Amino acid sequence: MSRTLRGAGAIAGVGETTYYKRGQSPDAEFKLALMAVLAACEDAGISPKEVDGFASFSNDRSDPSRLANALGIHDLRFSNMQWGGGGGGGSAALAHAAAAVATGLAECVVVFRALAQGQFGRFGQGPRSNVVSGAGAYAVPYGLMSPAQSFAMKVVRFMHEHGVEQSALRAISLASYHHAQNNPRAVMHGRPLDEAKYDNSRWIVEPFHLFDCCLENDGAAAMIVVPADRAKDFDHPPVYVLSAVTGSHYRAGASVHNTPDYASSNFKTCVPRLYDMAQCKPGDVDVLQCYENFTGGVLMSIVEHGFCEPDGCNEFFVKENLLAPDGKLPANTSGGNLAECYMHGLELNIEAVRQIRGTSPNQVDGVDVSMVVSGPMVTPVSSSIFGSEATL
Amino acid sequence: MSRSPQLGSARGHPSHEESPQPGSERVPLASEKGNPSHEKSYLNPGLPKPAPASDGLDAPYWQAAAEERLVMQHCRACGGWQWGPEWICHHCHSDDLVFDEVPRGGRIYSYERVWHPVHPALAEQGPYIVVLVEFPHHDGARMVGNLLGDPRQPVEIGASVQAAFEHHKHEDPAYTLVQWKLVGG
Repeated sequence: MSRTLRGAGAIAGVGETTYYKRGQSPDAEFKLALMAVLAACEDAGISPKEVDGFASFSNDRSDPSRLANALGIHDLRFSNMQWGGGGGGGSAALAHAAAAVATGLAECVVVFRALAQGQFGRFGQGPRSNVVSGAGAYAVPYGLMSPAQSFAMKVVRFMHEHGVEQSALRAISLASYHHAQNNPRAVMHGRPLDEAKYDNSRWIVEPFHLFDCCLENDGAAAMIVVPADRAKDFDHPPVYVLSAVTGSHYRAGASVHNTPDYASSNFKTCVPRLYDMAQCKPGDVDVLQCYENFTGGVLMSIVEHGFCEPDGCNEFFVKENLLAPDGKLPANTSGGNLAECYMHGLELNIEAVRQIRGTSPNQVDGVDVSMVVSGPMVTPVSSSIFGSEATL
Repeated sequence: MSRSPQLGSARGHPSHEESPQPGSERVPLASEKGNPSHEKSYLNPGLPKPAPASDGLDAPYWQAAAEERLVMQHCRACGGWQWGPEWICHHCHSDDLVFDEVPRGGRIYSYERVWHPVHPALAEQGPYIVVLVEFPHHDGARMVGNLLGDPRQPVEIGASVQAAFEHHKHEDPAYTLVQWKLVGG
């Protein structure tokens, strides 16, 4: 028996709440989670009571037992949390769900993320404690405390080593905003971005302008993973999990910014496993959803996933290359974390599924291989590849 | 490897409402704005204060900083250096680690200039610079601090810096931050 997840799991349904600006959700975070699960079940055409597992990440507050209770689930078999903060666990949660259905631990697992930054704390703010100890003691008192601040020095170093210009970061932001204009669900729908508006926007922390940074939102997203033999039981074209991997490289979690290979999005050890499992290579990927916490993370991720040489960024990262339907590498076709919604990247996995179904607001023609990169620069990170029926 | 990105306010920014033209006067030190402790500090007062971890792991570092000694972990089994602090040596897994003094000089490995305040204490701060300082002769270990001087100055990766101890002896708890200034600067 070969040890692989390739093609073992399929996506039965996907669901999202309305995506709100931070603090504007009329519903509590836990209700948002329930609404996303119900929407995914409706999309799949199954009863929510058939769900028997949950997988999430980033310390999601919506406890699976409470979800199972609220949904009237008869037989909860799998409740799973990927350790690690940020969106690095998005594709990892998918991997765990696929592993659960592949091995018979469960039959119908919901991968979900619910987030109400209005109800709870904001990610983009520093701690309010009087005293800080541990690793934070070596950063916070120097004014190094938010995610943007924690990652900027990695990007500065990468740009220094490879001569990357600001225009490369700008192209990533422009592409996300471009795609969001065709996506009515996007928070930034109707709010186009051009080069001048980007250039004139304020610095958050160099090299990140305002538009290099993700949004802060309220909402929830869910996707249902079932064994592959059920893939054709649903009304949508079947979508298979070809690959989903997680991890991080040597001492990626070293404190006080001591990771030896520092200027990295942390995918270097994951990528060979990602492509090996999927049995494909970068040139086979039709469309990419690449988690934008900050554009610099997207840039390093795209390099580390083999789409661009590190010294070729200024040529590769131009807006046209990243646009659907005809760009060299159509990326973040829903608007992503920058312009659709910051649902900790799970909205990117859903968009990747839509691309195979043929229902994206920025559809690429004939998508068979659809990739997601989750949470660059955190540790552990994760990536996944979805495939159409033709890829099996 | 020596190319520098065209970053930030070294070249000014056309429309940032908080950003005067480059070369404008430096932001006053917090101590010049009436810091009640009369201790010079790079950042305005009010950020969380550092304290040794409750498990005792890094107490020697903070004690040494108060005495103006710069230390990091040194393995007596294999001779390796590491930072930040951990209970065992990541080279050889020995727990025979001591906090040994290192030279007060390093070089800038990376940096960032922060503009957007994410803590109320920094609301009136204006831009400030965080540097990541590498110790090439100590297994490439790095430390974080602020780069003293004009917060709008251009920063050169690879530049030599030396430690400057910023004491907060009248705070509760008292602490010392290790800051950095350009050699010859």
